[in-house]
Amino acid sequence: MGNISYEFPVEKDDFERAGEASSKIKKILRQLGMDSGIIRRVAIGAYEAEMNLVIHSLGGTIRIDIDPKSIIITAEDKGPGIHDINLAMKEGYSTATEKIREMGFGAGMGLPNMKRCSDIFEIQSIVGKGTKIVMKMNLKDGD
Amino acid sequence: MKIREIRDVLNADVLWGEDLLDREVSYAFGSDLMSDVLAFVKTGTILLTGLVNSQVVRTAEMADVTAILFVRGKVPDEEVIQLAKENSIAILTTKYTLFTTSGILYNYGLRGIEADNI
Ligand SMILES: Nc1ncnc2c1ncn2[C@@H]1O[C@H](COP(=O)(O)OP(=O)(O)OP(=O)(O)O)[C@@H](O)[C@H]1O
Ligand SMILES: [Mg+2]
Repeated sequence: MGNISYEFPVEKDDFERAGEASSKIKKILRQLGMDSGIIRRVAIGAYEAEMNLVIHSLGGTIRIDIDPKSIIITAEDKGPGIHDINLAMKEGYSTATEKIREMGFGAGMGLPNMKRCSDIFEIQSIVGKGTKIVMKMNLKDGD
Repeated sequence: MKIREIRDVLNADVLWGEDLLDREVSYAFGSDLMSDVLAFVKTGTILLTGLVNSQVVRTAEMADVTAILFVRGKVPDEEVIQLAKENSIAILTTKYTLFTTSGILYNYGLRGIEADNI
């Protein structure tokens, strides 16, 4: 299998289409005949990242890169950035508004979930510029 | 427990998925917090929730949830039902509240998903 990459734009506050990028990513992995366990991990990680772009960012992109050894999900946005990454990574920490909570988000579990789903998790953020998250899932024989 | 039995014991209506009623679930998980669903849910789960927006179905899609049961008589919009259909997720609705729904299903032998560190 050669290397495959796709990139999807994600709009701020677009709750109607939120989740479409992750849904497409899931379908791509299914078409490649990958194991349901790895597909699920990638889908959950991508979806949490996508929802954060919709809810907390000014918009950005979700990207998937597949090579024979790994799947990499990259979420990049154009701001506003995260002040305190350690705090944001804590289970239960959320700045989501009441309106967002009523929609079922704001548990403060998204970033910890992303970390749990990936073998390597990296987050960089610059206030005023944006946030970049990279999740790498290693592929084993049989995936 | 089969989705069909769940429908019967809860007097639930099937909003979509008459053909999927013979599917088995081993667990139920009740929550209105989507990230908790994504953190806890295993495959072979029915999701019990009072939220009826499209993100509930998206969440179920990502977590490979077998069926969604809306409690308190909630019925989602047609587009939400459509999304469940596209993803082959059965959706049902019951008049019972979340607590009562959970109690009935527990009585019939269905179990919850426990956090690893309880
Ligand atoms: N892309 C982002 N841009 C700016 N801030 C972000 C971004 N992603 C996360 N944050 C900040 O980090 C906090 C924690 O994020 P996390 O995804 O863990 O929880 P949440 O989105 O608030 O709730 P949940 O994911 O459980 O629905 C957010 O409340 C927000 O303040
Ligand atoms: Mg989040």
